[in-house]
Amino acid sequence: MDAWSRFLDAFFKWQLIERYLPAILDGMAVTVEIAAAVVITGILLGLVLAILRAFRILPLSALIVIFADMLRALPPLVLVLLVYFGLPSVGINLPSFAVLWLVLSCVLAAFAEEIFWAGILSIPKGQWEAARSTGIGFVSTLAYIVLPQAVRLTVAPLTNRTLAIAKNTALGMVIGVSEILSQATTGQSFAGNATPLTMGAIAYVILFIPVVVLGRWLETRFAWRRA
Amino acid sequence: MTSNRPPILEVRGLRKSFGHLEVLRGIDLEVLPQELVFIIGPSGSGKSTLLRCCNRLEEPTGGSISIDGVDLMARSTDINAMRRRIGMVFQSFNLYPHMSALGNVALALRRVLGRKRTEAEALALAALARVGLAEKANAYPAELSGGQQQRVAIARALALGPKIMLFDEPTSALDPELVGSVLKVMRELKAGGMTMLVVSHEMRFARDAADRVIFMDHGLIVEEGTPEQIFSGPREVRTQAFIAEIAR
Amino acid sequence: MQALLQQFFDFAIMARALPLLLTGLGQTLVLCLVVIPLGLIGGLLVALTSLARSRAVRWSAAAAIDFFRAIPPLVLLIFVYAGLPFAGIRLSPLAAVAIAFLLNNSSYYGEIYRAGIESVGHGQWDAARSTGLKARQALIYVVLPQAVRNVLPDLISNTVEVVKLTSLASVVALPELLYSADMARSITFNTSPIVLAAGIYLVMLWPIVRLVSRLERRIAS
Repeated sequence: MDAWSRFLDAFFKWQLIERYLPAILDGMAVTVEIAAAVVITGILLGLVLAILRAFRILPLSALIVIFADMLRALPPLVLVLLVYFGLPSVGINLPSFAVLWLVLSCVLAAFAEEIFWAGILSIPKGQWEAARSTGIGFVSTLAYIVLPQAVRLTVAPLTNRTLAIAKNTALGMVIGVSEILSQATTGQSFAGNATPLTMGAIAYVILFIPVVVLGRWLETRFAWRRA
Repeated sequence: MTSNRPPILEVRGLRKSFGHLEVLRGIDLEVLPQELVFIIGPSGSGKSTLLRCCNRLEEPTGGSISIDGVDLMARSTDINAMRRRIGMVFQSFNLYPHMSALGNVALALRRVLGRKRTEAEALALAALARVGLAEKANAYPAELSGGQQQRVAIARALALGPKIMLFDEPTSALDPELVGSVLKVMRELKAGGMTMLVVSHEMRFARDAADRVIFMDHGLIVEEGTPEQIFSGPREVRTQAFIAEIAR
Repeated sequence: MQALLQQFFDFAIMARALPLLLTGLGQTLVLCLVVIPLGLIGGLLVALTSLARSRAVRWSAAAAIDFFRAIPPLVLLIFVYAGLPFAGIRLSPLAAVAIAFLLNNSSYYGEIYRAGIESVGHGQWDAARSTGLKARQALIYVVLPQAVRNVLPDLISNTVEVVKLTSLASVVALPELLYSADMARSITFNTSPIVLAAGIYLVMLWPIVRLVSRLERRIAS
């Protein structure tokens, strides 16, 4: 066997592709479900935190900053293991996919809060003053004047950050969530061949390339050049 | 005028297009040693592009350029070695913001001429002294006024010992009260025998410092002559219209 | 409450696990010393490629960047560590981590450098070239220093991400901080060692996270 066919045999073996395709597709479904859930809860929670911070109530803001800092400073895998092994022994039993969802949502919320907050801060004080001087309330000013402008600034970094965290669904492998990577590694060890891993990698590319391209497009579209 | 000496800059049939847009449509120009040639013309006439072609910051589409007898377009010509012979001063100064005035001037002395640090700094300091800024050597561009920045930029070009200096609207970005200091330096350069090609809107300066004024429009040289001829008795209709416009 | 404290904050267990965790921390730091410079250099090369004059070169650089940004780093790592042996390439955990993270981090650092280089005005190139500096010299002495300064917060915050990423090395049994903590957990049946590891990560990274937030705010205003 020449090198090329040996390579094909190790990474693109047709029988194995056929055998493991259903499992990889199942994994893709799980990955998409968890990623979608994380994106929705994470961004919403982040937005809520940023809005709460806009009220500038000192103890509350401090708590939010501490939450955001800690979750941005800690490796997600540390958090996953902490929650996965820690909670059962204090009587809380969460299925592993829920652990993954909970942790990644909080991590995304932390980053999203910072991004939204930076967006809110970037709106000149004059915008607040103009709105408030015409009698518009604080909440309405935030909702109708400040946030719509802030979104322009947040959309590109938020997309990139969301993608980075959605990719962390692969951490589910470590705690036995049957997403793409765990299907792929299981297949690889059963088959004694790297083909399922190749399939897993391709599955991720198929799922996430559109988001990467979207992020790139948004970055040029909403480019805000730093002086 | 010492017209028997060979020109420092010789441009023949110079053309430049950006895509379908023809910016220069056949320019012939000579600048003699120690001459100050002034280029005027409406915006978009190709003045700046002409200047930028003279050190190949823009790549000409056709024609020839030679500096001090060296063909700038020839394959065998080391363009970087030639560029230090052609000083250029930009409208927006383009000082390096992360370096002091001294660092700005010394960089090319070290990296292009290969001078040692101490030697380069001594030369740079001398160049800064010539533009009256020796005491600002350690200041960063952000700490300098626009006029001072532009003088540092002149020193940066001057330090390399250029045969000719190109000025691309050197005072257009300056507040009116700072223009004088830059023009004063340019006058001193002229008095010191520097060959200069200047694109500018400073007509008063052109009137009393230029040896020759060139009027450009639509990528061509329309008319040239002494300042007196161009400003007081232009022959071409387009020149007359332009002079009338700026005189208002 | 008592159970919670015992499960997460058992100081006796933490004290016993500390030496093991410090050894792990040593490995984490070694890993950082390998992975961060590799990523910074790889990223610079990627950025220069993605700014090349040839459209084909630019396009393939962008495609490679997008490809590696779409794949989770853990997938890359497992592919390199567990997949490549099938092609006869057997790597130590450290080598596998270095290669996988080089591919992943170069893409991220590369995009940051590119944004930085593009943020430097064209006049700077003009000025440098007009004094006879070669393109390479103009890049090194004039453009890059400004580019790096313009994107410094992004470079630092990506470096924080890289340090966090090293925890993935635990999956391929490289005995770094998280691996050591998880080992201590499995021996003691107690989560406190992981809390201790989290504490160590926080001590290392929290100040940097704060710094980045402040830098970003200063540049934005």
